[in-house]
Amino acid sequence: MAFEGLTQRLQDTMAKLRRKPKVTEADLNETMRDIRLALLEADVNFKVVKDFVKQVRTRAAGAEVLKGLNPAQQIVKIVNEELTKMMGEEAVDLNKSEKIPTIIMMAGLQGAGKTTTAGKLALKLKNDQNARPMFIAADIYRPAAIDQLEQVAESIDVPVFQLGTDVDPVEIVRQGLEQARDQHNDYVIIDTAGRLQIDEKLMDELANIKKLADPDEILLVVDAMTGQNAVETAQGFNDKLDITGVVLTKLDGDTRGGAALSIRAVTGKPIKFVGQGEKMDDLDVFHPDRMASRILGMGDMLTLIEKA
Amino acid sequence: ANFRHVDEEFFENLEEALIESDVGFEMAVSISDQLREEVKLQNAKSKQDVTNVIIEKMVDLYEQQGKDEHTEINFAKSGPTIILFVGVNGVGKTTTIGKMAAMYQKQGKKVLLAAADTFRAGAIQQLQVWGKRDNVPVVAGPEKSDPAAVVFDAVSKAKKENYDVLFVDTAGRLQNKVNLMNELEKMKRIISREIPDAPHEVLLVLDSTTGQNALSQAKLFKESTDVTGIVLTKLDGTARGGIVLAIRNELHLPVKYVGLGEQVDDLQAFDASEFVYGLFKGLVEPTK
Ligand SMILES: Nc1nc2c(ncn2[C@@H]2O[C@H](COP(=O)(O)OP(=O)(O)OP(=O)(O)O)[C@@H](O)[C@H]2O)c(=O)[nH]1
Ligand SMILES: Nc1nc2c(ncn2[C@@H]2O[C@H](COP(=O)(O)OP(=O)(O)OP(=O)(O)O)[C@@H](O)[C@H]2O)c(=O)[nH]1
Ligand SMILES: [Mg+2]
Ligand SMILES: [Mg+2]
Repeated sequence: MAFEGLTQRLQDTMAKLRRKPKVTEADLNETMRDIRLALLEADVNFKVVKDFVKQVRTRAAGAEVLKGLNPAQQIVKIVNEELTKMMGEEAVDLNKSEKIPTIIMMAGLQGAGKTTTAGKLALKLKNDQNARPMFIAADIYRPAAIDQLEQVAESIDVPVFQLGTDVDPVEIVRQGLEQARDQHNDYVIIDTAGRLQIDEKLMDELANIKKLADPDEILLVVDAMTGQNAVETAQGFNDKLDITGVVLTKLDGDTRGGAALSIRAVTGKPIKFVGQGEKMDDLDVFHPDRMASRILGMGDMLTLIEKA
Repeated sequence: ANFRHVDEEFFENLEEALIESDVGFEMAVSISDQLREEVKLQNAKSKQDVTNVIIEKMVDLYEQQGKDEHTEINFAKSGPTIILFVGVNGVGKTTTIGKMAAMYQKQGKKVLLAAADTFRAGAIQQLQVWGKRDNVPVVAGPEKSDPAAVVFDAVSKAKKENYDVLFVDTAGRLQNKVNLMNELEKMKRIISREIPDAPHEVLLVLDSTTGQNALSQAKLFKESTDVTGIVLTKLDGTARGGIVLAIRNELHLPVKYVGLGEQVDDLQAFDASEFVYGLFKGLVEPTK
């Protein structure tokens, strides 16, 4: 695969550098070109790549060679550090409201994994906090969306509030929240229909749900296989909703997941969880360092530093 | 006035537009090099000339790779035509079946659907809603049952009751999951055992928002199920699906249909020149 070729090339460049006591301008250019390629192949948005490479280059050019590290090791270290930094600091927890219920709203493009992730989050809350979550079925558009949510809910024993498909989603949410307050559910998770960020009517609908429900957490669910367009999607949803976090799904595939870096760069919002499968317990907290290594396709960066 | 800026900057923008369309870095560089040559060769000067040369060349490049391919749906000489849908999770398989079934139904064909996604929550009901909308029957089994059994039942019914087209909906699966890919192969084997030249089409559904991973999807699905064509969905969004160029180049798979929305009519036969314009959005304008 193309990836392996690139990784190999990056490693070869590094190997060449290893034998040099000092990194020349030309060496640095070559390395930066390889890194740029690797990031593009990983689907990091090309504008984000440009900024990133510039940053790394500046740091690398100005860096004193640390004791015990050769120039190649030094560059890998800088790249790894900058990537991790850009990816956000350590895992960020779900927001929690002072008084119940904490309201979580799911949003994203069609088929990203919102409904599945809603189920996974509810199960996690049950397991970790003994919580009593409730779902609100606010997708009235996708065929059998409510059936899907109900089956997910049943498998983890969580109630669903639904009013069928003939009631406006904002009204469904209003009544759902009422019921949740009556029944003292401590978490409410609102499943919304997938939509394009350029669909004004449906984006307004989300904005109206937000206005009504005032969610503590608005999670943008993004498919980890997304390409260059991740930037536009994330920006569109963030501009409209001021999201509070991101969930990256389908990371159990063989994608490098560069979208993570793009989204982080344009929204500045933390990636809180990653989806690693279709089952309800396939949800993990996000680790910036692991994601950084994955995107660069270098396996474990630290091993690479040792090898370099 | 002459279009003076057919210079380096123009081609750099072109290259970036291609990268932004998910064509992939290497492919983007190679295409823009070829376009640069072609513009020089044809001595194009005005903006309109340059645009024409570029679009013609791009369509040419796309079509060169597909000289011996069928871009139409391949129908059985006699008996039912079986169309198997495959792809990763959430790309639009079930929705595309709903759209295509309606299209054939309207043409007067007798259409049957098989709900061979017995795994995902609500998947059977989702296809049944489409069946009702389209007014076509759906063969389904119990949830979590063996999808191969559903496939077998549906093929038998299609043969016995003289259906013209059978669409088989399968569960989304990531291409690196060996067990799930084996399950898919098994479904395909059962179809071929019942009707030797079936499935007549194996359509890989790709989401146009997908980046470079789509190449791996195409490769691995092709290896296991001998994909015959691609449906590129969600082109109504801002993504442009450029990766299908790389797929065309490496694997010679044609795009047969594109999805342009969630409604039943939001399906169109693939049009190479329209697609190419989409890749360059705003940079070159279509000729009126
Ligand atoms: N392999 C894998 N599949 C996932 C993951 N998350 C979701 N899926 C699958 O992706 C597909 C789409 O998931 P849904 O939860 O229906 O997505 P959605 O965003 O609710 O879709 P719409 O409501 O139609 O917009 C389903 O087949 C899920 O099983 C994941 O982390 N890994
Ligand atoms: N905007 C847009 N949405 C689409 C298109 N095609 C499908 N969708 C939506 O994408 C989501 C997923 O579509 P499905 O047909 O369920 O996808 P699938 O491949 O069958 O999904 P799984 O069976 O879960 O793997 C749904 O919300 C569809 O309405 C399209 O061309 N444009
Ligand atoms: Mg959903
Ligand atoms: Mg489906």
